Amino acid sequence: MAQKQRVASSGAGFRPPLHRVVWERRLWRFLIVAILSIGAVVMALPFVWLVVSSFKPLEKIFIFPPEWIPDPFRPENYVEALVYKPFGLYLWNTLRIVVLNLAAILLSASFCGYGFARIRFPGRDFWFALVLATLMIPYFVLMVPQFIMFTRFGWIDTFHPLTIPFFFGGGAFNIFLFRQFFRSLPEELADAGRIDGCTEYGIYWRIMLPLSKPALATVAIFTFLAAWNDYIGPLLYLRSDYNFTVAIGLATFRSVMSTQWHLLMAASSAMILPVILLFFFAQRYFVDGLVLSGLKG
Amino acid sequence: MMGTHGFERFLPRTLAGRRTLTGYIFISPFILGFLLWFLVPAGVALWLTVHDWNLIAPPKYVGAKHLVSMWEDDRFWTSLSVTTTYTLVSVPVGLVLGFGLALLLNTKIRGISVFRTIYYLPSIVPAVANAVLWAWIFNTEYGLANVALRALGLPKIAWLQQPEWALPALILVALWGFGSGMVIYLAGLQGIPDVFYEAAEIDGAGRLARLRHITIPLVSPVIFFNLIIGIIGSFQVFTIARLVTNGGPQNATLVYVLYMYQNAFQNLKMGYAAALAWVLFLVVVGLTLFVFKYVGSRVHYEDAH
Repeated sequence: MAQKQRVASSGAGFRPPLHRVVWERRLWRFLIVAILSIGAVVMALPFVWLVVSSFKPLEKIFIFPPEWIPDPFRPENYVEALVYKPFGLYLWNTLRIVVLNLAAILLSASFCGYGFARIRFPGRDFWFALVLATLMIPYFVLMVPQFIMFTRFGWIDTFHPLTIPFFFGGGAFNIFLFRQFFRSLPEELADAGRIDGCTEYGIYWRIMLPLSKPALATVAIFTFLAAWNDYIGPLLYLRSDYNFTVAIGLATFRSVMSTQWHLLMAASSAMILPVILLFFFAQRYFVDGLVLSGLKG
Repeated sequence: MMGTHGFERFLPRTLAGRRTLTGYIFISPFILGFLLWFLVPAGVALWLTVHDWNLIAPPKYVGAKHLVSMWEDDRFWTSLSVTTTYTLVSVPVGLVLGFGLALLLNTKIRGISVFRTIYYLPSIVPAVANAVLWAWIFNTEYGLANVALRALGLPKIAWLQQPEWALPALILVALWGFGSGMVIYLAGLQGIPDVFYEAAEIDGAGRLARLRHITIPLVSPVIFFNLIIGIIGSFQVFTIARLVTNGGPQNATLVYVLYMYQNAFQNLKMGYAAALAWVLFLVVVGLTLFVFKYVGSRVHYEDAH
């Protein structure tokens, strides 16, 4: 497309119709940029508002119309908010859950995905249809019976309900994603492995998995986001303050501090920051996941 | 192939048999998980639906009582209608916004990736932080929403205190996150080969014609996917409703899952909550099938060969 435009603009002086085309293109571009800019301001304002509020002293919060530059600038909000509740401990708890989920999902979903992708056996299509069917079942439908089961297991106020289930398949979408990825790898690799005397498990572990870094990275990122953002799971299963995750910690902090908006905004910004950083460092994997799943086009 | 080990005597002898065994070993985590976390809970839910149980006293068989009381339960109907309204507004509007912006963002302009990032980021903000932020934005006296209204010369609104404005407020929060659908459209749009557009341009097709006859048919599977995911997701809205309004004012934001949660974990009516869960399941499955039947047939699949 870039090349086409160069041709168009170089010919613009000689051929009037082309000249009009160029003008029309410019007009469209201008319109697009204008619409996008207005939209971007609307989308970004809540973020700006959040960050601005998080650096204000309380008395400056309750001013109408609001000031857009915090004066005095008060970074102490962050310290006050994050020590009021043991957010360091909450962070540690969340990270422990994240690490367990990563181990569970990366191993289990890729293992299942390999079976669905590269081994032909009777009943495979039936089970794979079941994988897709579970994708459609809302979590909340099974919330109550699962809660009762986990209560029976004595798992209340432990991390077990938030970690152990993931060792069994690691979620339908992740299985699906790995299956799509493994199907895209050439069969010759597996054949080469077989000639060298590799078992199917060896091919999975030594040949296919090391080639699956994009899929692993995508699944890892979404696993982290899911665990970091999860509210309902910790709400149901974690009872003691020392077991809380960041999400549930922020929710309780909010019920205690309901009018201390400057501290609430500081704590919320602190919770959002890792997510945004992750996005900037691993941007391409956010879209790769979609492309992998075959949704593209 | 490799030398016979002792235990191999117990394994299937034929190659096909061995492959089947290997296949099932590979998918065994899923099969176990399906049994443990889907089939068994579904059975438990079925059992709960015909029992009264508060987790403490012994469960009591009550037959169809929960279904009858659901029929007479005003709050159940309220929650169903609140969730339906929420879905009927947020899903189509989110779809149009997401698709429209994806079209605009699918142009090659310098700095376009900055726009993409700005539109996408809100959709990955953690729900709890999102709820805290929007509770502040909708603050009647000092919130950003009323600042914006004032800038437009409009009177302020008590967003979270007035029943007629609380649900629209939650829908606005949902729409802020439309970027997750947008990137899916964008991936779809980028999968359309340039040749199609070039050919159409040579045939004299205008922008609108290209949109109607090339773009929309080719990304229709993606639109369809987002529609299904959107419906399933919006019937499960919970965190925002619980943290921002907790169902109020006057049940105006009592979304279905919140009502179910209140029954199960605040009133400890496990049986009734399980019955509500079954109804949620049936509603979502019914809607999905409906959409598959009436929208799915219009979806254009390119690789039909």
